[in-house]
Amino acid sequence: MVLDKATVVKIARLARLRVPKSGQEALVGELSEIVGWIEQLGEVDTGDVAPMTSVVEVPLRRRDDVVTDCDRRDDVLANAPEKTAGFYTVPKVVE
Amino acid sequence: MGDLTELGLAASRDGLSARDFSATELAEECLAAAEAAGALNAFITDTPERTLKMAADSDARIAAGEAGSLEGVLVAVKDLFCTKGVRTTAASRILDNFVPAYESTVTENLWAKGAVLFGKTNMDEFAMGSSNETSFFGPVENPWRSVDGKSRVPGGSSGGSATVVAARLAPGAIGTDTGGSIRQPAAFSGIVGMKPTYGRCSRWGVVAFASSLDQPGPMTRSVQDAAVLLGGMAGFDPKDSTSVDMNVPDFEASLTGDVRGLKVGMPDEYRIDGMPEEIETLWMKGAEWLKEAGAEVRPVSLPLTKYALPAYYIVAPAEASSNLARYDGVRYGLRVPGDDLTGMIEATRAEGFGAEVQRRILIGTYVLSAGYYDAYYLKAQKVRTQIAEDFRRVFAEVDVLLTPTAPSATFVRGEKSDDLISMYLNDVFTVPASMAGLPGISVPAGLSVNGLPLGLQVVAPAFAEDTMFRTAGVVEEAAGFDERPDAWWVG
Repeated sequence: MVLDKATVVKIARLARLRVPKSGQEALVGELSEIVGWIEQLGEVDTGDVAPMTSVVEVPLRRRDDVVTDCDRRDDVLANAPEKTAGFYTVPKVVE
Repeated sequence: MGDLTELGLAASRDGLSARDFSATELAEECLAAAEAAGALNAFITDTPERTLKMAADSDARIAAGEAGSLEGVLVAVKDLFCTKGVRTTAASRILDNFVPAYESTVTENLWAKGAVLFGKTNMDEFAMGSSNETSFFGPVENPWRSVDGKSRVPGGSSGGSATVVAARLAPGAIGTDTGGSIRQPAAFSGIVGMKPTYGRCSRWGVVAFASSLDQPGPMTRSVQDAAVLLGGMAGFDPKDSTSVDMNVPDFEASLTGDVRGLKVGMPDEYRIDGMPEEIETLWMKGAEWLKEAGAEVRPVSLPLTKYALPAYYIVAPAEASSNLARYDGVRYGLRVPGDDLTGMIEATRAEGFGAEVQRRILIGTYVLSAGYYDAYYLKAQKVRTQIAEDFRRVFAEVDVLLTPTAPSATFVRGEKSDDLISMYLNDVFTVPASMAGLPGISVPAGLSVNGLPLGLQVVAPAFAEDTMFRTAGVVEEAAGFDERPDAWWVG
C-alpha cells in the first residue's frame, strides 16, 4: 500500500471528514490505488520548468477597492441551517 | 402544428421570430415530452411554472417587437449553475435544500437575451464523475441502448443535460466541463458538446469544482446550435477574476463550411493501448472527410499526453479540496449535529458528501499537505506547463487538432464503478485540452458496432473557437449523423 492507515486517518482529520473505523481499510486501498497511479508523473523530467500559475496568458485584473454589493444580511442568512437574531449559530466553542 | 420538440435551437429561434408558433406552444410541447420521460431521471428539479411564465413573457416581448436574440428559446441548465429562487444542489446531499439568492452570470446572460429556463438537470455530484452514477439523486439513463437493452450511462458529469438534448426534451442545454464533463457525455449521447477557452464564459455563480479548469459550455444537437448558444452565454464578467475581457465574435457566422488549406493535426499519442478498432477507424474517417473538403491533414506529436490525466488527478482534487472546504454546516446546506463544532463539521461533511467526492477531497488534501506538496502538487503544475507548451508548439504548425472524444462508446451502468482508474480513463482524450485551457468540441460522427454513438473532437488554440466551429461544422456535414435512439422511455 502506498498510503498507510495512520496517514489516511490524518488526512481525513485535516479534511474534516469523519471516517468510521469500519470504512478505513477500504479507503486505504482506494486512495493507495489512485496515489500509486498518479506517481507515474515521476517519470517526467520537469527540470527547471516553472509551475503553471495561470492557464490563459492574461494578466490578473485589478479593480478599485470599493464596495460593490452590500446590505444583504437576510439574503446571506437565508440558507443558514440555524440562525438567531441576524447571526449564524454554531455549537458552543468557548466554555 | 408539427412536432416542435424536433426543432433544434437555431430552428426554434427562427420559428419563434417568424411567429410560426409561440414560445408558450413550444414550452408546452417540450414540457409534455419531459413529463413523459421521467424514466430517464434527467432532471433534479423540474421548473414547469417558471418555464411557462418565462415563455409567456417572451411571447409578450415578441408581440411588442422587443424580442432578444434568443427570445423564447428553451435551455435546460445543469444543476451546478445557481438560479435565483430555484433550488441548486450540485447533485449533492450537502446542498439538497440550497436556494440561491443570486443568478449565475451565464444564465443571467441567457435570460437577458430572452432564453427560457427548462429545468435543472441531473449530474455527477459536484461534477465529479464520468458516468452520472455519483449523483445523490440517482443515475441518469442514456436514451441510447444497444441491442442487449441494458441501461447505459450518459457519460458525465453533465449527463442530465446530454440526455435532455439527445432525447429531444429540449433543443439545448448548458453544462460545465472540467476535464471532459461536456464533451464526453456529448459523445456518449450522440450530440454536440463544446468546452470554450478558459475565461470565455464566466464562472461566477457556478458551484466550484476545480477553479483553474471549470468552464461552462453549450450542449445541442448541431454545431450551429452550439455556436448560437455559446454566443448567448459568453462575455466578460468583472465578477469573475479569470473572465477574459475580449469581444464575443459571431460564432454562427464562422460556420462557412470552407476548410480549404486548413492544417489539421492528428496527435500520434492519442493512439492508446486497448483502444477499440472502431474508434481508430472513425478517427481516420474524420481525417478523410476533412481532406476531401480541402484541408491538409498531418500527424503531430504531443509527447506529454499520457501524463495529462495523472496530473489532472492531482490538480483537480487539490482545487476541489480547497473549494469544498466551505461546506461546513454553518452558512448553508446540510448540518449534522456533533459533540462540538469540529464534530459537527466532520459529521456534516461525512454524511453530506458521497464516496467519490470524499475520495477526491482526501486525495486533494494529501497532495497539498506538508511534505507532499512539492512531490505532487508542484510537480503536477510543472507538468501542466509542459502540456500547454506541447500544444503551443503544435499549434505553430497546424490550425486545429482532430482526435476521438472518448476511448469507447457508452458503457453499461455499474461496469466501471469498482475500477476507479478505468473510470478516470474515460477522459484521457479530453483532459489534455482542459489542462491547457483550450477550446474543444465533440461532434457525433458515427455508431459503434453495438449501435451506440461515437464522437470526434476538434481542439483549437485559445480563443480560436471560430476555427474550431468551422472545422466541426465540416466534420458534422460529412458524417451526416442522423441516427437517434428509440423512444423506449415513453409510456
